[in-house]
Amino acid sequence: MSLSRTLLMSILLAAGMARAAPAIEDSMAQRMQACTGCHGSQGRAASDGYYPRIAGKPAGYLFNQLVAFRDGRRSYALMANLLAPLTDDYLREIAAHFAQLDLPYPPAQPPQAGADVLARGEALVTKGDAALKVPACTACHGAAMMGVAPGVPALIGMPRDYLNAQLGAWRAGTRRADAPDCMAEVAKRLAPDDISAVSHWLATRTVVPGTKPAGALPAPLPLPCGGVAGSAR
Amino acid sequence: MSKTLRTLLALAGVFALLAALVAWLNLRDEDPLTGATPASSPDLIARGAYLARAGNCMGCHTERGGAEYAGGRGVPTPFGTIYAPNLTPDPTHGLGAWTGAEFWRALHNGRARDGRLLYPAFPYPNYTRVTRADADAIFAFLRSLPPVAQPNRAHTLQFPFDRQAALAVWRALYFRPARPDPDPSRDTEWNRGAYLVEGLGHCNACHASRNALGATAGPLDLAGGLIPVQNWYAPSLASTREAGVADWSDAHVIELLKTGVSARGAVMGPMSEVVSGSTQHLSEPDLRAMARYLKALQAPGGDTAPAPEASAASTATTALDTPGARLYERHCAACHGKSGEGVAGVYPALARSRAVMMATPANLVHMVLEGGFPPATTGNPRPYGMPPFATVLSNDEVAQLLTHVRASWGNRAEGVSALDVTRYRAVAPR
Repeated sequence: MSLSRTLLMSILLAAGMARAAPAIEDSMAQRMQACTGCHGSQGRAASDGYYPRIAGKPAGYLFNQLVAFRDGRRSYALMANLLAPLTDDYLREIAAHFAQLDLPYPPAQPPQAGADVLARGEALVTKGDAALKVPACTACHGAAMMGVAPGVPALIGMPRDYLNAQLGAWRAGTRRADAPDCMAEVAKRLAPDDISAVSHWLATRTVVPGTKPAGALPAPLPLPCGGVAGSAR
Repeated sequence: MSKTLRTLLALAGVFALLAALVAWLNLRDEDPLTGATPASSPDLIARGAYLARAGNCMGCHTERGGAEYAGGRGVPTPFGTIYAPNLTPDPTHGLGAWTGAEFWRALHNGRARDGRLLYPAFPYPNYTRVTRADADAIFAFLRSLPPVAQPNRAHTLQFPFDRQAALAVWRALYFRPARPDPDPSRDTEWNRGAYLVEGLGHCNACHASRNALGATAGPLDLAGGLIPVQNWYAPSLASTREAGVADWSDAHVIELLKTGVSARGAVMGPMSEVVSGSTQHLSEPDLRAMARYLKALQAPGGDTAPAPEASAASTATTALDTPGARLYERHCAACHGKSGEGVAGVYPALARSRAVMMATPANLVHMVLEGGFPPATTGNPRPYGMPPFATVLSNDEVAQLLTHVRASWGNRAEGVSALDVTRYRAVAPR
């Protein structure tokens, strides 16, 4: 066998092996295969399931959630066990990875409630309810409801079931943030019907392409939040 | 005297004798509680901190997200949950009022400062082999921690396991205080490994089977066992068919304990916590000593029977059109490879894998349902993860998938049933 034929054979063999072996890159995307099973390819879960999208959320918010799951302030056994062996440094890198992903959003879900429910939801989100001492959601989460970097999350682009579950968990105390826990306060002031109205309306909002978390809060927070740096008084 | 009365008296006598025996068995090898606590020094504290790592004290004595060593974490057992107490020097809730002698008695004899017998979820059947000097160093370290005024949680044990008398009987049956007992026929390194593995490392708290009363066959038993309640199987460290390392190089054992991953395998599940909280912090000589000891372990019945050799037939019969094969292709092949070959150092090979072929499929079921990361350690700070499939695959599908994996690419192990999967499906935070 000539040298060139041997070489050719070797190259073909190597190519064949390369095809057979999984294509694994040394990247965060590859490392984060553990997340994308539930949170969607690249963390861009759509609003038609249960799991929330994580791509493009503010990094500080994502990091706080990862730590909260690991340390028991949020309760979901799959997340807790998955994160148990990971360090703060790695969780910070994971949060930064998903935060910097700039990926398109799918359209929102069609409305699942009547006009009166949606109107109540819209009023609560955009104006709040002074009688209930509930501030407008937009006062903290931004007028575009896309959150405020680094600590306040988006409210739209997620499944209604997930939003309901979170507000309910805050109300019941099974989801907690660093004290003072502003979201627990707000959720406890909302009746179940109001929570449902808010979730219904938020789930009908489509993310305008190109919108990102706001860079700064529009005004001082209406109540102090431990999870948002600099807001605790 | 009537016959009944005589019988009753005799019975009372026997009972009193037994009670005295139990009491004596519980109190033997106790040192007097006198003597001053050795003066602390930065060196002693540093040594104690290291030894506390070797014993992974924090693993139980720190609640998830809680203050270090302030206790509160529950250890689930078939008899109820035992909550690890506060070890910080808080005078009310922690060890603030303890003396060195009292700490030694807790570690060596399993008795608390107030004289209560301690539950062996606190692994004093292992710690009893720790030297007094090491106990004093750990105590000095614990005394140096910031005090945390966190009250202890009461255990939630079922009757009769919540009774001290029941615990006394258990201890009479299964607990013997012991001193380090170097084997003169072995060298210093082996003896150091034995000291760490059998004592502070308390490896057999998981890596041994337990009887109906929760007792192992003793600190030398490392033949593997199902971890109660968690239902992960801690494989035998004595058998090369399971997690034995007799045929590993020292370097690979050290690498696994230091970083959580090695060319021969990675740690997952409850062992992740052992690596991240304990072994990654140990010195190279200590890890080498542990490797030395572990490599010399031998299975009680001998372990020379070769693993079932894959026949050409079993490889050839790797069917591609079964439901299990299709599930594998869809969910697993992208990382573990079309033929289970894996990716070196990243995704474990499943072909001819002893972890895949172990008799109990417990860990495989946990892995598929819960996914996971190896621990993030200084040596492997950014591990690759596997997604949980609990929300994606039914019990039947997990069973089909694992049956396929256990019978393919040279693997030969019994199939997995949907019932097996049901048994391990309940996912609770570890």
